[in-house]
Amino acid sequence: MYHQKTLAELAAMLEAGDVTSVELTQAFLDRIKQYDGELNSFITVTEAQALAHAKAADEKRAAGNAGPLTGIPIAHKDIFCTLDVKTTCGSKMLDNFDAPYNATVVEKLLAAGVVMLGKTNMDEFAMGSSNETSFYGPVKNPWNTNAVPGGSSGGSASCVAARLAPASTGTDTGGSIRQPASLCGITGLKPTYGRVSRYGMIAFASSLDQAGPMAHTAEDCAIMLNAMAGFDPRDSTSLDKAVPDYTADLNKPLAGLKIGLPREYFGEGLDAGVAGVVNTAIEQYRKMGAEIIDITLPNTHLAVPVYYVVAPAECSSNLSRFDGVRFGHRCDDPKDLEDMYKRSRGEGFGAEVKRRIMVGTYALSAGYYDAYYIKAQQLRRMISDDFSKAFEQVDVIMGPASPETAFNIGEKSDDPISMYLSDIYTIAVNLAGLPGISIPAGFSNNMPVGLQIIARHFDESRLLNVAHQYQQNTDWHKQSPDAFA
Amino acid sequence: MSLGPDDVKNIAHLARLNIDESDIESYAESLSSILDLVEQMNTVDTTDVLPMAHPMDVSQRLRADEVLEENQREHFQKIAPKTEDGLYLVPKVIE
Repeated sequence: MYHQKTLAELAAMLEAGDVTSVELTQAFLDRIKQYDGELNSFITVTEAQALAHAKAADEKRAAGNAGPLTGIPIAHKDIFCTLDVKTTCGSKMLDNFDAPYNATVVEKLLAAGVVMLGKTNMDEFAMGSSNETSFYGPVKNPWNTNAVPGGSSGGSASCVAARLAPASTGTDTGGSIRQPASLCGITGLKPTYGRVSRYGMIAFASSLDQAGPMAHTAEDCAIMLNAMAGFDPRDSTSLDKAVPDYTADLNKPLAGLKIGLPREYFGEGLDAGVAGVVNTAIEQYRKMGAEIIDITLPNTHLAVPVYYVVAPAECSSNLSRFDGVRFGHRCDDPKDLEDMYKRSRGEGFGAEVKRRIMVGTYALSAGYYDAYYIKAQQLRRMISDDFSKAFEQVDVIMGPASPETAFNIGEKSDDPISMYLSDIYTIAVNLAGLPGISIPAGFSNNMPVGLQIIARHFDESRLLNVAHQYQQNTDWHKQSPDAFA
Repeated sequence: MSLGPDDVKNIAHLARLNIDESDIESYAESLSSILDLVEQMNTVDTTDVLPMAHPMDVSQRLRADEVLEENQREHFQKIAPKTEDGLYLVPKVIE
């Protein structure tokens, strides 16, 4: 059964000639056909292109030109531009948009020989924590189809958890890789800001957005990140730093590792079941030779308020490009230019996107800029300094990825604030530009719980090493939902 | 911070967003609750704290002003709502 294998295992089978890329790709396409009606994790399935690329990958391998990802089928979040393939960002605004070019992430994975199965469902313009804001309908959590998969990379998390794809790409602006990874019981890595190119990744909040891999294991994420990371002259915030082999340090022993536990991540608001699972995981690390140290990140409670100024401000600016002129939705029979802008945007955007555009517009409007945006950027530095101080003492920081397990569809959709608070442990990491990962650490009431690990800037190798060692000693990452076995 | 219906209409106009009259009240409520959340920022004194625009305080990279991309007008206009003779068409702006 190919679908129960990790990406690394599938790569070894391709290398050994035990399976072809065409067989593998067909097997996952068949699973998508069988199960995705129920999950709604894909917006577009690119079957014909996938089989053509799989055939090309097999030929490449036969010619002796294969790399570790050649012929591996994966899914892309529908936020990445894919040449001549519908790219919606979960919005009616882009329902008619066939991207005229590939995102750098897509281009790099294509060059590595990856086969795209399709484009995954997501919260509209990545604004949401439950996948309920998608124009294409909510995604279901394979562990309980009444529950949300988290968001905004909910389709990417759900399809990997249900074994409809061995891995997927996601993006994380305030927790959009780590929170759905936690809620769906998979491994999801948000790299350091600037590590992976944002070119062709539809912008939400440019100073926070970062792309990363979602898969079953840390090892799989390392293999994916090897292909995704790197400097890109087309992204003005891409950082020019050498890309190490992220698989090289996976097996380093953890003896002497210093793990910081921020007391603010274990206080009020954390579900008792989730706390229990996270504490057990930390106990496991202690057994593996790590030293556990209490730390404080005193400005943690300000992360959500700061984020809801910075992200909407940047989104209101980024989303001004959707004006009905060059691409995307245009209203019928506009009577003048202003009418065309207003109705095209009014019809094309959903309620949550409109809310955030308006908050951002307000925060940036004349007379309010200093009180909101500058104030938020000052607090952002204080939040970032908290982490810098903590990392003088410890190598990594651990805590929950989400304060609770997956909630039910509809439970929070009428209350934006309670939805925003589900990213309380992930948002500060984006504000500080740090790398973070969520790994499966157990279950509470039969729903998956993720352990979040945070490292210093550009220390993804250590993050993956720390996650991999846990996965060598536990089997939470091997659990899969019975209904999609 | 509480926003009323007129504030919402004004913000929606600045953002060039058409909002249905029947939705104005609920936006006024949700925007006000978001601004209340954001209000917590004022509990902290940030005098002399340098605003942080980039997590690693990197400034924008510059490059030489050279033409690097080739013109792909037809390719890009294929997805436009309305074009004519290589131009994007919009409603008449000048009488």
